[in-house]
Amino acid sequence: MKRLLRAVGKWIEDRLGIAELIRPSMKHLVPRDAGWWYVFGSATMVAFIVQVVTGVALAFSYVSSSSQAYETLVFITNDAPFGSFLRGLHYFGASAMVLMLGAHMAQTFLFGSYKFPREMNWATGVLLLGFTLVMGFTGQLLRWDQNATWSVVVAAEQAGRVPFIGDWLARFILGGNTIGGATLSRFFAIHVFLIPGLMFLFVALHLRLVLRHGISEPPTAGKPVDPKTYRQEYAKLLAKTGRPFWPDGAWRDFVFGTGLIVVIVLLALLVGPPALDKPPDPSVLTADPRPDWYLLWYFAVLALIPPRLEGYVMILAPAVIGVILLVAPLLNNRGERAPSRRPWSIAVVLLSVITIGSLWIAGARSPWSPNFDPVPLTPKIIGATSGPVFKGARLFQEKACLNCHLIEGHGGRRGPDLTHIAGKLTKNDMTIRIVNGGVNMPAFGAMLKPEEVDDLVAFLQTRKIQRP
Amino acid sequence: MPEEVTRRRFLEKLSIALGGVCAAMLGVPVVGFVVAPLFRKMKDTWISVGKTDEFEIGKTVNVPFPDPSPLPWAGITAKGAAWLRREGNGQFTAFSVNCTHMGCPVRWLPDAELFMCPCHGGVYYKDGTVAAGPPPKPLVRFEVRVANNRVEIKAAAIPITTRL
Repeated sequence: MKRLLRAVGKWIEDRLGIAELIRPSMKHLVPRDAGWWYVFGSATMVAFIVQVVTGVALAFSYVSSSSQAYETLVFITNDAPFGSFLRGLHYFGASAMVLMLGAHMAQTFLFGSYKFPREMNWATGVLLLGFTLVMGFTGQLLRWDQNATWSVVVAAEQAGRVPFIGDWLARFILGGNTIGGATLSRFFAIHVFLIPGLMFLFVALHLRLVLRHGISEPPTAGKPVDPKTYRQEYAKLLAKTGRPFWPDGAWRDFVFGTGLIVVIVLLALLVGPPALDKPPDPSVLTADPRPDWYLLWYFAVLALIPPRLEGYVMILAPAVIGVILLVAPLLNNRGERAPSRRPWSIAVVLLSVITIGSLWIAGARSPWSPNFDPVPLTPKIIGATSGPVFKGARLFQEKACLNCHLIEGHGGRRGPDLTHIAGKLTKNDMTIRIVNGGVNMPAFGAMLKPEEVDDLVAFLQTRKIQRP
Repeated sequence: MPEEVTRRRFLEKLSIALGGVCAAMLGVPVVGFVVAPLFRKMKDTWISVGKTDEFEIGKTVNVPFPDPSPLPWAGITAKGAAWLRREGNGQFTAFSVNCTHMGCPVRWLPDAELFMCPCHGGVYYKDGTVAAGPPPKPLVRFEVRVANNRVEIKAAAIPITTRL
C-alpha cells in the first residue's frame, strides 16, 4: 500500500512539479538569529488569508445592489448560520491586518531592513499598505448602511479638493451626480476584484523579493551596510550559520499566526461584528458618519487642522507621505542599521505612534462635534425654578448652547466648559461673547432679544467656582 | 545572419504591437464603461415637494424627494433631501443638506435657528452663511419655484467643494 501511494505521489510530482517548485522557497536559508521580531510580515499575510477566505464566504450571500445590500447584511448578521461570526472575523481580520502591517513596517524601519539591497521590498510593502487602507475604507462602505452612504459623500468631497480633476474624481466615486444605483457596485468591484487583484500581485512580488534578497539579518551596531560588499557578506553569513526556513524559521510564524487567528476568532465570538447603522436612505438626515477605527485618526486630522490649510493637508499630505515612504530607502540605503546607531529612527517610530494614537483618541472622542442629544440640565444644576436664572437656563438649552458647552458634565464639548465661567468672564464679557460670537462660536445677537441675552448672562453668572 | 536578426526584430515588434492593439481594444470599452457615470448629466427636472400652504412662513423643514432619474436597482438610495424655508407668501429658500466642509448631512435646530454638522462641527445661520467651524463656504442653495400652488425644487447634483 505504502509503495503504491509513494508511486502515485511520485507520478503526480513528476507531472506537476509542485514540490520542485516549492522546495527551494521552503528550504532557503535564513539567518539563524532571525527571531520573534520577524513574525509580523507573515502575520500580515495570515490576516490577509483570513480576509480572503471570510470575504469569499460573505460574497456567497452579499448582493452588491444599492437596493438590496443592506437587507443582505441584515440577513447575514441575524439569520445566516455563522453569518454574524463571519462578519466579525472579517472585521477583526481587517483590524489585525492593519495592526500587523504597522508592526511589520515599524520593525523593518527600526532594523534598517529597507536598506540595500531590499529597497524594493520596502517600496512594494508601502504600496501594500496603501491597498490595505483602501480595502479598509471600501469594506466599511460595503456595509451599505447610513454611515456607509454618507462616508461615500465624505470621500467624494475630499477627492473634490484635488486641483483640476477634483470634480471628476468626486463624480467617479459617487458613480454619478448623487448617491444611487451606481455607487455601491463600483465600490464592490474595487473591494472584491480590483484591489485584491493588485494585492495578490504585489504580495507575490514582495515574497519574490524576500526570497531574492533573503531575510535581513538582525542588525549589529558598528556593522554598516556597504552595497559593494553586502551581498558577499550576507552569502557568507548564510553559508556559515544559516538555517532552512522550513521548519527552523517558519515555526515561529506558525505559532504567532495561530495566536493571531485565535485572537481574531475570540474577538469575533465575544465582541461580534460592527453594528449596522440605519438603512441607507439619503433623505434621513439624523446621521453621524464616522470611519472605522483604523481611519479615525484621519477623521481627527480633518477637524483639527486650520481651515485655510485644510485643502493642502488633505491632498498634499497623503501624497507627500506616500512619496517620502517610497523614496526613503533610495535616499538612505547604506550605513548603520542598528537602532542604537540610528536613534532618529526610534524617534520617528515613537512620534508616528504617539501622533496617530493621540489623533485616534481625539477622533474617538470627537469633541468638535456638537452633542445633538444632551442630557437636560437638572433643577439642582440650574439652582432656580423661576426668574432670570431659570429662564436663562431654559434658553441655554433651547438655543443649542448646551449642544456645544458643558455645564457640570451635561452638554457638548465643542466649546469651552462653562461650569465655572462666572469666575473667568465678567457680565460684560459674557454679553459681548453671546451677541458677537467668538472664535468658533456663532453670533447670537440677531437671534436673541436683549432681555433673553440678560437672562442667559444671569444664568451664566451663577456658574461660579465651587469652593470646598 | 543579419536577415535573421531583422526578421526577429520584426516579429518582436509585431508581437508587442499586437499586444498593444489587444490592450486598446479591451481597454477603451472598459475605461469608457467605468468612467461613464462622469458624463451622465442631470436632467433639468423640477420636483414637487408639497403644496405651498403646507409650509409655515419662517419655518425650515426637511423635504425628502425622489431621485428624478434613478437606476432601476437604486431602491432606497433613490432619494434626496433639502432644507426648505418659507420666507414669505410665495418666497422659498432651499438649501442643500450637505455641509460644504465634508458633505455630511447638516441638521436644523429650530429653536436655535442654526444648522449644525455632526462630523466636524460646522455651524450655519438660518440663511446658510457660515456661523462657525471649518466649512469654507455657505450652504449651497437649490433652485426653487412655486408652480400650480406647489413648491418645486430643481434636481441638482451633490455639491462638491472643489477649492483647496
